[in-house]
Formats: sequence, structure tokens, C-alpha cells
Amino acid sequence: MSAGNFNNTNASARSWFERLDRVDRRWIFLLMFLAVSGPILWIGVTGKTLPEAPTLAARAVFQEIDQLPARSLVLISFDYDPASAGELQPMATSLVRQCAAKNLRMVFIALWPLGSQVAQQTIQDVIRDDYPALKEGDDFVNMGYQAGNEAVMKLLLTDFAKAFPKDSRGEATSNIPILKDVKMASNFPLLISISAGYPGSKEWVQYVISAYNDKMNFVAGCTGVSAPQLYPYFPQQIAGLLGAIKGAAEYESMVNESLEVDGVATAPKYLQAQRRMGPQLVAHLLMVGLIIVGNVIFFARKRRGAA
Amino acid sequence: MTRQAKTWLVIGAVFVALLVARGMIGQGLGRVYVKRTDVTVTLPDAAAVNSAAAGASSASASASTSASTTAVSAQATAPSITSTSLASGTTMSWQEWKQVPPLEFIAAQKENPAQTEITLSWPRTIGLWLAAFFTLAIFSFLYADNPFYKIAESLVVGVSAAYWGVIGFWDTLVPKMFGALTPGLVKSLVQPSLIAPEMLQQISMVFALILGVMMLWRLLPRGGWISAWPLAFIVGVTAGLKIVSHVESDLMAQAAATMKPLIVSVTDASGATNIWDSWWASVANVLLVTGVICCLAYFFFSVEHKGVVGGAARVGIWYLMITFGAAFGFTVMGRIALLAARVEFLFDDWLWLIDPNHLRGL
Repeated sequence: MSAGNFNNTNASARSWFERLDRVDRRWIFLLMFLAVSGPILWIGVTGKTLPEAPTLAARAVFQEIDQLPARSLVLISFDYDPASAGELQPMATSLVRQCAAKNLRMVFIALWPLGSQVAQQTIQDVIRDDYPALKEGDDFVNMGYQAGNEAVMKLLLTDFAKAFPKDSRGEATSNIPILKDVKMASNFPLLISISAGYPGSKEWVQYVISAYNDKMNFVAGCTGVSAPQLYPYFPQQIAGLLGAIKGAAEYESMVNESLEVDGVATAPKYLQAQRRMGPQLVAHLLMVGLIIVGNVIFFARKRRGAA
Repeated sequence: MTRQAKTWLVIGAVFVALLVARGMIGQGLGRVYVKRTDVTVTLPDAAAVNSAAAGASSASASASTSASTTAVSAQATAPSITSTSLASGTTMSWQEWKQVPPLEFIAAQKENPAQTEITLSWPRTIGLWLAAFFTLAIFSFLYADNPFYKIAESLVVGVSAAYWGVIGFWDTLVPKMFGALTPGLVKSLVQPSLIAPEMLQQISMVFALILGVMMLWRLLPRGGWISAWPLAFIVGVTAGLKIVSHVESDLMAQAAATMKPLIVSVTDASGATNIWDSWWASVANVLLVTGVICCLAYFFFSVEHKGVVGGAARVGIWYLMITFGAAFGFTVMGRIALLAARVEFLFDDWLWLIDPNHLRGL
């Protein structure tokens, strides 16, 4: 390579660095939109999803529910609202589906105002549509929203009926057959919390599980933002944990596999989380690429500055 | 006209043209259908229900469904019957509207083009288009600040404030405060299903009401210091609750979870040691214990960070950086999941470009 060519190459590389250094951030937004929308369109048209290898925390959630005898009571707390449904609804759907398929008795509660409506929608989508034999009041009940955050949790430790005096239909707790033998939270062998923040899984650990660790097990599903705060509690205080959409996809694949019937395709509504892993993959690759490019530009500028 | 205004105009025109084109291709876009169900309920004789409820109480109604009419012979619980003012044998009718997938509408139209059971729901369709419009309005901020974004932002703030006000009134003040102090009035006027409070609960609510009034005293021109008392009460109770729970769950339990053996022997079903699993379990425990000690060393400022302490603190920084990186990764994952959900809504529910749930038979 001649000296002239070498200089030209250097100059052209420098101009590329300068262009990348000054790139309008809106191009990055556009790239991210394409990285997310491309796989959604592809998966939406082909119906194909990526394979999932469940991790220890997701397997633990599945096993905790799977090992319960039929008709066991499960307390499910919907501590999120539609703003986080994109992340949490797929795992909520799969959790309720596994409980319904195992013939567990489900008691839904909500510590977020809109959690009750989200729980009702999940009941409609999973239980009423696919498990119509389950009867409200006998096999499941939605106790609705109760204001008070930690105070409700503390009250659950001693008196369930005081914390939730009636269900979402207005029926008194004392008249609901499924709650006939329930006096306090420790009567539930398993507590499931699906949470998007405060109050949520962390508070359940602090106020209920720390008091009942030997009497009831606890599994949680949470948003990506709150997952790093909850991992330290796994596996001693939280027996199983679904962290963000990845945890939901792993768990969803396990539930689908366990309920698979030969020759019958899984209903598309039970593939939400796995569908969303496609955009995750491409968007993460883009993020990694951008971070590498950003670092290359940073060090190149630093070296040029030093020279 | 500024360059930015021209750009907005071009983007808007292209978008509307694409939307019109999409509307004329295939099945069109963005419509919501509902199915009408006529429900008729006849209240049974209260005495008969009471005797039936003695055996098994059930709040659900047993329904016999015909093509479009559901006749419900209510088998309600005794409290439900006695709490209503309607006489036995009263018949009530109403219509229920349930959202159905477009595929059902297409099938119903094919079978009978004059059918009126499944129809287009204008309110829900307008709601869908508003949801799409506001999603795009919020996204438009990524290009530049604009009036559409301002409208959407203001609406979110306004609706949220009003919503929390309503929730606070109907879910806290009415059932917990007014319901405890004047249960008869609340039950007869606004909440027939209110459970009568116990005497102790009523007394405690008087105390809460006094604290509430004291808290609001700060709005008056004189005696603002009175609000410091309820504030002190709240701080005291919260601190008491939190200290106990944090010590139990975050200090004691976490410290116990960190005390792990550094050399682990994992045995399989036959009782033989699995060297590979033992190695990784040991590495995991060593990394965990080292991480805790080094991070504590980093935050230990009573000794200068030199020598062994300095080295441990530097390792602690690495652990912290990896933790921050993992937290950032999780945050990115969460945000992309939310973006994917919105994009899926736009492509599926609104534009009908994809049909992952097989609702339109694309």
C-alpha cells in the first residue's frame, strides 16, 4: 500500500468516525423501532418463536406450583396495572393457566387499584374461556383491590377477612365457600405475586414471608426494572422468580410443554412472551452494536486528542 | 413555513396516505365488533333459596343459554336475596355486549348477511383509534417536541390526577372512613354491599378522623404546627413497621443466606459425588462470599483504602459495576418489552397487518 493510499484510508476512516460521532440520535430511535417492529412483523406472519431454555429461577416457579396437591389454596396478588401489562401479563396468564390446569383453588387479590381489573381480565381469558368447569366462589375468587399497601399485608398475617371483607362482586368473605377455612395468610401454602413496583414482591418478602417463611412458599414475577432488587431473595425467601419478559418466556414454554396435547397446537394467546423474545433479541443485538461503536469512537477520539 | 413544520406536514401526509391505502386493501383496519346477549333473570322465592343455601351456598347463577337469550334462574345465597328490595318472582332483563374477534363477525355475515347479533361497536372502535393516536403522539416526541405530544402528555397527567382522586375517595374515604363512622348511611346511599364495621374499628376511625383534620390544619392561616402531630404519628408508625421488617428480611435473612460453605460436594441419586456440579457450586459460593466482603470493604470508610482493604475495595468496584450493568440490561429488556407491546398493538389491533392470535383469519 503506498503512502498516498494509507493517508487516504486514514482520512476516510476519520471522516467516518466524525460522522458517527455527530450522528443525530433520531437515527438511533429509528433503528430501534425497526429492530423491534421487524421481528414482530416476521413472527406475526410466520407464527414462529425462538426456543427457550428455562433457567433455575423459572424452573423453581414451575416446580413450586407443580408439586402442590390438587385443590390446594393459592393466593395470587396482582400488583400491577395496564402500564406494565406488556411485560407482566404473559407471565400472569401462564401462572393462572398452570394453577387452573393443576386444579388449584385460586384467590386473587390486588394491592394496586387497577390490579383487580387486570386479574378479572386474566380470569376471563384463561379460566372462563378455557376452564369453564371451574366455578367462581368454589374454585376461584377475585377479592378485588384493597387500599393500604403494607397495612393490608400486615392484616393478612392475622385476619384475612378483615383485610378483604368482601370479594369484587360484593359477596361477604364469610359467605364464599373457597375461603371457608381461611383465617390468615399462612393458610395458603403458596403465595404468588406479580408486581411492577411498590407495593409488590419486595414488600411481600419483608412483611409476610419473613414472618411465615417456614409455613408458606413464595414465588414472584416482576418487571425488568425491579428484578435486580429481588434476585438477592432467591432462593431462600423467594422460592422461584420470573424476571422480566425473559423469565416469562422461559416459564411460558415450560407450562406449554407440560400441557401439550399431541396434534393440538398451543393457543396463540399462550405464546405472548415467547413472541416478544424476537424483538428482544434483535433490539439487544442493536444495543450491543451501538455500545461497541460508541466505545470505538470514544477511544479513537481519546487517542486523537492525545496525539 | 419553517423547515420543521414542512417536515411534519410531509410525515403527516405520507402517514395518512398509507393509512388510507391500508384501509382499502384486504379486510381494512381498526374495527371492533361486539356480540349482543339478552339476559333475563327471575328472582326465585327467597324461602326456597334459603333452604337450598343451607346445604351449599353459592353466589353464582345457573344459566341456561339459548341462541341469543340467556335465561338465568338465580340460585343466589340467602344474604344476597334478603339484601335486595326486589320481590320474589321479579323478572329483570338487560343486554350484555361482549367484544368478539372480527372472524366471528365475518362468519356470522356469511351465514346471514342481515344478522344484527354481532355488530360494529362505534364507541370501542373510536377508543381503539384514540389509543393508536395517543401512542403515536407520545412516540412523536422522539422526533421533536410538538403539539400532539403536549396534548397526550397533558391528558395523561389530568386523567391520572383525577383517577387517583376518585380511587382515594371511593376506595379509601367512603368504605374505610365514612363506612366506619356512618355505616347505615353509606350502605343505604352508595355501597349496599358494605360490611358493618366492629365497634373497635369505629373507635379507631374516630381517632383517624381527628388525625386527618389535624393534618389539614396546615391549610389554615394559623396553627399550622398542629399538622406536625399527625405527621409524627405517621413517621413513628412507618419507622416501627419498616425497621422490624428490614432487620428480619434484609439484614438477618440476607446475612444468613451469605454464610455458605466455600467447598460444596454435590451428590447424585446414586450417592456418588458429581465433580462437575460440585466445582460450579463451589465457584458460585466463593464468588458470592467474595462479592459481599469486597463490596462491604468498598463502603467501609473508617480505614484508608490501601493494601489488602484497597485491593478488596477495587474488586468491590468491579462487582458493583457488573451489578449496575445487569440492572441496566434488565431495564433495557423491560423497556423493549413495553415498546414491543405497543408496536404489536399498532400492527395487530389497529392496522391489522399481523394476526398472531388468529382473530381475523389472515
